[in-house]
Amino acid sequence: MISILRTIGLTFLHMFRKRETIQYPEEKVVLHPRWRGRIVLTRDPDMGERCVGCYLCAAACPVDCISLQATEDENGRRYPEFFRINFSRCIFCGYCEEACPTYAIQLIPDFEMAEYDRQNLVYEKEDLLINSEGKYPGYNYYKVAGLAAGIKAKGEGDNEEPPVDIHSLLP
Amino acid sequence: MAAIYIDGKAYEVTPGKNLLETCLTLGFNLPYFCWHPAMGSVGACRQCAIKLFKDEQDTNGRLVMSCMESVRDNMYLSVNDPIAKAFRSQVIEWLMTNHPHDCAVCDEGGSCHLQDMTVMTGHTYRRFQYKKRTYKNQYLGPFINHEMNRCIQCYRCVRFYKDYAGGKDLDVFAAHDHVYFGRAQDGILENEFSGNLAEVCPTGVFTDKTLKEHYTRKWDMTMAPSICQHCSLGCNIIAGERYGELRQITNRFNGEVNGYFICDRGRFGYEFVNSINRIQQPLIRSKIPDATDKQSLYNHLTETLSNNKVIGIGSPRASLESNFALMQLVGKENFYQGISENEAQLMRTVLSTVNSGHIHTPTLKETESADAVLILGEDLTNSAPRLALALRQAVQKKPFENAQQINIPSWHDAALREFAQQEKGALFIAYPTQTKLDEIASDSRYISPDDIARLGFAIANYLNNTAPALGDMDDDTLTLARHIADILKKAERPLIICGTSLCSEAILKAASNIAFALGTEDKKASLCFVVPECNSMGLAMMQAPSLNRAAEVLKKGEADTVIIVENDLYRRGAKKDIDSFFNHCKQLIVLDHLHNDTTNQANVLIPVGTFAEADGTIVNNEGRAQCFFQVFMPKNENLRESWRWLDEFRQFKNGVSREDLTTPDDLMAEMVELMPQFKGAETVAPPADFRIAGQKIPREPHRYSGRTAMLANINVSEPKPPEDPDSALSYTMEGYKGMPPAPLIPFYWAPGWNSVQSLNKYQAEVGGPLHGGDPGKRLFPENAVTENAFLNNISPAFKPSPGEWLLVPLPHIFGSEELSIYTPGIAQRSPRPYIAINKHDAANLNISENDIMQMQIKDQYYYDLPAKINDELPNGLAGIPFNIPGLGGIDWPATGILTKAAI
Ligand code: SF4
Ligand code: SF4
Ligand code: SF4
Ligand code: SF4
Ligand code: FES
Repeated sequence: MISILRTIGLTFLHMFRKRETIQYPEEKVVLHPRWRGRIVLTRDPDMGERCVGCYLCAAACPVDCISLQATEDENGRRYPEFFRINFSRCIFCGYCEEACPTYAIQLIPDFEMAEYDRQNLVYEKEDLLINSEGKYPGYNYYKVAGLAAGIKAKGEGDNEEPPVDIHSLLP
Repeated sequence: MAAIYIDGKAYEVTPGKNLLETCLTLGFNLPYFCWHPAMGSVGACRQCAIKLFKDEQDTNGRLVMSCMESVRDNMYLSVNDPIAKAFRSQVIEWLMTNHPHDCAVCDEGGSCHLQDMTVMTGHTYRRFQYKKRTYKNQYLGPFINHEMNRCIQCYRCVRFYKDYAGGKDLDVFAAHDHVYFGRAQDGILENEFSGNLAEVCPTGVFTDKTLKEHYTRKWDMTMAPSICQHCSLGCNIIAGERYGELRQITNRFNGEVNGYFICDRGRFGYEFVNSINRIQQPLIRSKIPDATDKQSLYNHLTETLSNNKVIGIGSPRASLESNFALMQLVGKENFYQGISENEAQLMRTVLSTVNSGHIHTPTLKETESADAVLILGEDLTNSAPRLALALRQAVQKKPFENAQQINIPSWHDAALREFAQQEKGALFIAYPTQTKLDEIASDSRYISPDDIARLGFAIANYLNNTAPALGDMDDDTLTLARHIADILKKAERPLIICGTSLCSEAILKAASNIAFALGTEDKKASLCFVVPECNSMGLAMMQAPSLNRAAEVLKKGEADTVIIVENDLYRRGAKKDIDSFFNHCKQLIVLDHLHNDTTNQANVLIPVGTFAEADGTIVNNEGRAQCFFQVFMPKNENLRESWRWLDEFRQFKNGVSREDLTTPDDLMAEMVELMPQFKGAETVAPPADFRIAGQKIPREPHRYSGRTAMLANINVSEPKPPEDPDSALSYTMEGYKGMPPAPLIPFYWAPGWNSVQSLNKYQAEVGGPLHGGDPGKRLFPENAVTENAFLNNISPAFKPSPGEWLLVPLPHIFGSEELSIYTPGIAQRSPRPYIAINKHDAANLNISENDIMQMQIKDQYYYDLPAKINDELPNGLAGIPFNIPGLGGIDWPATGILTKAAI
């Protein structure tokens, strides 16, 4: 009996508290930067596509909603020929972002993706690629990788010695 | 059997192996790099360390490299000893100090032995803070990509390329911490087995360049067990698909056939499957538009098949099922082989010898251990490449066996080679011109086909004087024949190899005589026949008449409609004859997968699936029936197996109702019933209703990705995955996760082992047969079924006739095969048309290298060809590259008149 009265009392008091509910969409939600929402593909500091088409995000995805095809430009730089996310399947778990070795794929604080037609939830690379480095500025995978892909020559990356002279044994 | 104790537990193992092999066979996950089951150990990488104890009491023990220790009775060792474990993880850490941060852009990733071993040893974080060594890469040709930064100096590549495959142009340069594995200069890797580097190299230094064009991770491919279609040896392969395109061929282990390696034609020759030259739609050329749907095709065929007199032309590159379905459609008496009379006759000779039961047909594996080899009239590197690789091992056999007498163990590669030096076992080659194997041969003779046969007959006669003798034998031949005969006789495992390349029946008979003469009832001599195409043997076993007979029937008007299955007749005979063949048929119905000169003539053209889109059985040169399985379901539903179309057509002709259409299993059973010579072929693979724990075998690895996105651009609701009623494999990743039966292994994977090295887990004993036995069923009788009768076909010694040259077809690994030429890299490496003649002949004709010569065959047609002066060819012989683009349409064997072209 006492507990019931106490509950009614508490509920009554809540009427005078600050409201958690907001008047969305007039009022916008404040989301934290690491909130896991809409997925984007970012660019590296030189504004080149960051994604190198390694398929790790696709492999990590528990619902298998990422598919892509890697290809190469004339310098041997890898990029996705197409990159597709089926958001009608995505559970926004963020595994793809965790798996990505280049910081290319990122989940951003945006959830306003609702569509009337489910087909419109299939995003292609054009829909995913943004002109920004996203949450991780300054990182360029090709600077730390050994591959020379038009970004740096062999031996000019971070922490690399100049290429070995294979004729060093010649007198 | 020896008893060894690993971490306190007793095991019974075979002595003589090394500890690493033994531990792997016992199921231990012991990391290694430089040891290779086919190439033995050198102890270079220091990765396979274990603790070895003196005896049961010893608690200290010492670190040893397990790959360098022989198994002995009463050994005490520890795999999980903390010091050994720490040592192994340090080795990886050292290797990693220079390893680039490349996995994301490395084609090896996901099937990388280095990744697996790193995870296995537990090395995770980089402590080394200094700079990484780097290298420049080389251009290595159209097949292999080079990324030298990734090297871990295991030496497997040079050991395979130089020691195992006899390559000359890959080596190790520089010294200590900056050794370099590559060529002296940028350039195409010349060896025909270079593709194996992609599998042998445990890292991403050497990778498949054709895969790079449409890169897919191993875990994303739909894969199926398949059989190489590019020569008669029938190497086992794994074919992988993604997004409706065939993307990669890798080796599939078959202990009795190809073992761990395949040739570059087999590995890279797959791109015809993705060619834009594929036939996509049924065509009825009398209609406008000619592209048609199934229903109008059926209507048209109903009329044609029920009113016309139909004959069927089979093909040596179509499966048994397809050939048989055609035979069933047109009737046994109306089915023809689709090869020239000459080739059919050669195949009959081959079959009569193997069916006599007096010879032993060796498996490829057995050829590797021959101790004396005689090759009559074959350039194996170009006509049966994997066999050439096997013979490179055979010539090492004898010296290696000698080494074992001083107790060098058989796995100790470095010591064996040190002991053997340049010593080689006996290998004799008789061929009209130089071959690549000459460099390892004891003696090679460059003689005409007739003289090759005469040499063979002379050897047989010397071995057994009841064999027919040459009347007029010159001393030179006689001495050589005696020398070879003596060596063959002394050998424990002699091997004779011959084949159909030179179109000479006499050579086949001579080789048979040698084998007959050499063998005894208990120990038959090994005789290996090389035949033209992947299913030549299967087709020949159907015992149908040749194409020439079909032409006669057409000419006489006894038939007016021809159905051709997967066969370009312009590769089978003279252009004029084939033209006339087609002129005599009222209706030509062709089923094939690529447009070619024959399909251009077709009135009705029906697209079919390639080996990647079809199930089928083919019979290789040793009479082994092997199954290949459909890799993927093509988007284009017109691409169906030939046998399925043909079987369906039976309803228009023989009144078979739709419901009675057969499955491949039934088709095979029917075939075996009608043609008992195929008995056994129906049991090659488990039937379609085979299940393990109620489940099918998945074609896709369990980490196959993108299932809900791959087709989402077309429709966001995923379609139901295709079903496979024809085999025990499924097109999805769901199914039985354990070990599949050997004929059904779609890919190699084991927990912790993502690379091809996981094969260890699929073998009953490491390096030995697969669990449940190696796949394939040999169809030839093993017991004598006929009287041992020597064959006689001795022709007079070859004499050049003035003004006329004997043309010899010279096969080329890259170029001579019909389908592989669609791979751009193979086309790039194919020779341009040429004519090779002897320098004396050239001088007589006043020809120098690259001058244009005119070749006239049977006063019909002319070819203008640049001359290649060849020192070895005998006088009066001219070599023509066999069936390369631009040089088809010759009726072999041929003679020609050569003149210098007027400019
Ligand atoms: S957030 Fe999770 S479900 Fe969505 S794409 Fe990434 S891995 Fe897949
Ligand atoms: S994990 Fe990153 S780099 Fe790799 S394919 Fe996905 S987005 Fe691209
Ligand atoms: S290139 Fe590959 S196979 Fe050769 S030494 Fe380096 S890692 Fe080993
Ligand atoms: S040797 Fe013959 S069967 Fe083997 S891979 Fe090469 S072409 Fe194919
Ligand atoms: S595998 Fe034993 S030392 Fe390399």
